[in-house]
Amino acid sequence: MSDNKLTAEVAETKPAPPSRWNVALNEILSGSIIISILSVVLALVVGAILIVLVDPKVATASGYFFARPLDTLGSMWDSASGAYSSLFQGAIYNFRRPDFASGIRPFTETLNFAAPLIVAGLGVALAFRVGLFNIGGRGQMLIAAACAGYVGFAFDLPPVLHLVVAIAAGLAGGALWGGIVGLLKARTGAHEVIVTIMLNYVAFYLVSYMLRTPGLLQAPGSNNPKTAPINPNAILPDLLGTTYNLNFGLIIVIALTVLVWWILSRSSLGFQFRAVGENPNAARVAGIRVDRMYIYAMLLSGGLVGMAGIIQVLGTVPSGFSSGIDAGIGFDAITVALLGRARPWGVFFAGLLFGAFKAGGFAMQAAEGIPIDIVLVVQSLIVLFIAAPPLVRALFRLPTPLGEHKPVSLRKPKLKAVAR
Amino acid sequence: MSVTTTNSNNASSAASGANSPSQVIVREKEAIRSWKAPISFAVFAALGVVLFWILGRDAVSNFRLSTDTDVIQLASVDLPTQLTGIVISLALILITAYSFWLSVVKRPTPIWVVTVYGVLFMVGFLTWAGAGESILVPGLLLGAVGLSIPLIFGAMGGIISERVGVVNIAIEGQLLAGAFVSAVVASVTGNAYLGLIAAMAAGMLVSFVLATFSIKYLVDQVIVGVVLNVLVLGLTSFFYSSILTENSSLLNSPPRFDRIEIPLLSQIPIVGPVLFRQTLIVYLMYIIVAVVAYALVKTKWGLRLRSVGEHPQAADTVGINVYMTRFWNVSLAGAIAGIGGAYFTLGSVGSFQKDMTAGAGFIALAAVIFGRWDPIRALLAALLFGFATNLQSVLAIIGSPVPSEFMLMLPYVVTIIAVAGFVGKVRGPAASGKPYIKG
Repeated sequence: MSDNKLTAEVAETKPAPPSRWNVALNEILSGSIIISILSVVLALVVGAILIVLVDPKVATASGYFFARPLDTLGSMWDSASGAYSSLFQGAIYNFRRPDFASGIRPFTETLNFAAPLIVAGLGVALAFRVGLFNIGGRGQMLIAAACAGYVGFAFDLPPVLHLVVAIAAGLAGGALWGGIVGLLKARTGAHEVIVTIMLNYVAFYLVSYMLRTPGLLQAPGSNNPKTAPINPNAILPDLLGTTYNLNFGLIIVIALTVLVWWILSRSSLGFQFRAVGENPNAARVAGIRVDRMYIYAMLLSGGLVGMAGIIQVLGTVPSGFSSGIDAGIGFDAITVALLGRARPWGVFFAGLLFGAFKAGGFAMQAAEGIPIDIVLVVQSLIVLFIAAPPLVRALFRLPTPLGEHKPVSLRKPKLKAVAR
Repeated sequence: MSVTTTNSNNASSAASGANSPSQVIVREKEAIRSWKAPISFAVFAALGVVLFWILGRDAVSNFRLSTDTDVIQLASVDLPTQLTGIVISLALILITAYSFWLSVVKRPTPIWVVTVYGVLFMVGFLTWAGAGESILVPGLLLGAVGLSIPLIFGAMGGIISERVGVVNIAIEGQLLAGAFVSAVVASVTGNAYLGLIAAMAAGMLVSFVLATFSIKYLVDQVIVGVVLNVLVLGLTSFFYSSILTENSSLLNSPPRFDRIEIPLLSQIPIVGPVLFRQTLIVYLMYIIVAVVAYALVKTKWGLRLRSVGEHPQAADTVGINVYMTRFWNVSLAGAIAGIGGAYFTLGSVGSFQKDMTAGAGFIALAAVIFGRWDPIRALLAALLFGFATNLQSVLAIIGSPVPSEFMLMLPYVVTIIAVAGFVGKVRGPAASGKPYIKG
C-alpha cells in the first residue's frame, strides 16, 4: 500500500465528526434496545415456523397445495396467529372478558409466575458477577422450601411473626445450601459447578426422604409424600384480594431487586464482589479477601434463590408441597440471569418476560393444543440472539457500532503476497 | 558437585549453590504437605467403623461371582458380615494411618492407595448392606457399565472440547439431540447403524451452533452451552409431544443393537460378561477412549489441540489456525457425545422419551472436572458415577438397612468429598472459556 493511498484512507475515515443525528441513529439502530426487540421478534418467528410445521391442519392443506395454495397459506396463518394470540391473552390481557378487572387477570398470573423467576435469577446473577456459576438453584430452592414449609405448618405463632419466622428459616436454609458451596470453594478449591450439581441431587433426595417420613415433613395421617397445608398465619397475603392469585411475594421481589442493585453498585461489598468477578488475582493483590467473597456471594446467592422456593411454598401452593415444588425454576433462573445480563433490573424484566411466556404457554397449550415446550425454544432463542448482537445485525443489515469486535471470519485466510 | 533435589536439603543446596559458582542447576522442588487425603480417609474410616463394626450385623453375606450361563463357574463366596466388617475397618484405619504418615513426611498419597481404599470400603459396604442376602456381582457391574456409557461418551466430548479451549456445558444437549435423532432416523429407516450416524450428525449440529456462537460471535461459551441445553430440550420435547406420540409406530420404535459376544474374552469370569458381551456402541466406546487417551498426548493432532487450548496466541504464531482447530474439534466432540445419546435409545431403552437424558450431561461434565480433563481419569470418574447409581438400585431390591434416599444420595456426597478432598484446586486448560481474538 502506497503512502498516498494510506493518507487518503486516513483522511476518508476521519472526516468531520458525524452529525449528532447520525450518532443518535447509529446508537438506536446498533444499541442493545433494538437488538433485544429484534431478538424477541426473531425467536417468535422461529417459534411460529415450528408451530406451523407440526400443525396437522397445515399438513392436510399442503396436501392439495398446488390446487389451492391459498388454503395452505391461510391455515399456516391461522395456526401461528391463533397460537400467539392465545399466548398474549394468557399472559397480558384477555379480550374475551367483559370488563377490565377480569380481562387483566392474565397479567397478574404473569406477575405471579415472574416473582420466583426474578428472585432466583437475581441469585444466579449475583453469583455470576463474582465469577461463580451457580447451577444449584434446584437444591437451594428445595432446602429453602422445606425449611420455610416446616416452620409454616408445624409452628403456631401470631400472624405477622409467623410469616417472618418462616421466611427467615427458608432464607437460612437456602443460604446454608449455597454457603456450603462457597465454603468448599474457598477452603479446598472445589469447583463450584460440580458441587452445586451434586448438592441438587443431595437436596432432592434429602427432601424426598423427609417428605415420606412422618414427623418430619409428611402430613400427619397421610401416606403421600406431601406436607400438611401451611398455617394461614404464615401464608403470603394476597395483594389484590381473593379474585387474583397475586401475593405479597411480588413486593418482596421488587424490594430484593433494589437491594441487589444497591449491593452490587453502591456498597463496598458489591465493589469487592465485582472486583473478584473481573479478576480474582488482581483483587487479591488489591487486598480483597477473595475466599471470603466467594463465601459471602454464595450465601447471598443461595438465600436469593431460596426466596424463590419460599414464595412457591408460602404463596403459590400453600396447600402443602411435594418434591416437585421447584418446578424447574432453578434452571430457568440461569436463562433469566443470562437474558438480564446479570444486571438486577435486566434480570427483573427478563423474569417478567419469562413469567409472561410461562403464563401464556399454559393458556396456549389449553386453547390450541400446542405443547408448552415451544416456550423453552422461544426463550432459549431469545437469549441466544441477544448474546450475539453481530448475528442479529447481520440478519437485519444494521450498522456495527464503533469500537466493537467484528465477528471472526472462520474461513482460512488467503495468503497475501506482502511486499517488504 | 551433584545436583541435590531432595526436599530437606533444598535450603542447604541452594546456599552451597550460591557459594560455589560451578553449580549450574538448582532444581527447586517445593514439597506441599497436604492433609486433604488423610482427612478424607479418616472421615470414611470413621464411617466404616461405625457402620461395619459398631452397627455390624450378625449374618452371612453371599456374593455370587458368575451367572448360570457362564462357561467357567465360580463358587459363590460367603462372608461373615460382622467379622468382615471388623477386618475391613481395621484395614481402612491402617491405610489412613499410612496416609497420615505420608503427609507428615511431605509425600503425596499415591493414586493406587486411594483405589485400594475405595475398593475395600465398597466391599465392606456391600457386605454390611447385603447381610443375610445374596448379591450377584456380575449383574451389579453390568448395570454399572450400562449406566456409565453415555457419561463416558459425554465426558470424552467434554474433554476434547475443553482441551481445545471451548467450555462444553452443552453435553446434555448433545446427548439429548443424539438420542432424539437416532430414535427417529432408526425408526424411519429401520436401520440402527443409520440411526447411530444420524446421532453423530445431531451432536455435531449442536456443536456447530456452540462453535459458531463462541468462536465467530465471541459469545460467552458458558452462556451458549446453557442456552443450547434448554433449546435442545425444548425442541425435542416439542416434537415429541406434537408428532412422535401420535405416530410412535412410525417415528419412535427404533430397532436396537444386538449384543455381540466376543469369543474367548467373554468367557473370562466376572469381567467377560460385563465387558465383552455388549452392543456395538460399547465396543465403540473402548476404541474412542483408547484413541482419545493416546492421541491427545502422542500425536500431532493432540499437540495442536492442546496448544490451542492452553495458549492460542502461541499456537497462532507458529502457524496453527486457531479458529479452524477449535471449530472442527468442538464438532468432533459433539459427534462423540452424540453417540452417547444414541446409547439411550438404540442401546438400552429403545424408544425416545421426553428429557430422557435427565441430567446425564451434567454428570458427564462433573466427570470431566473430577477427572481433571484427562480421558482415563474421566473414564474412571464416569464409571464411579455409574456404579454408585446402579448400587442403590441393587440394594433397593435386596432391601438395604438405610433409607433408599440416603443410598441414592451417596454417590453425590462421595463426589463432593472427593472433589473437596482429593481433587482440590483443579486447573483446566488455560485458555478454556476465553474467545480468541487475533491481533
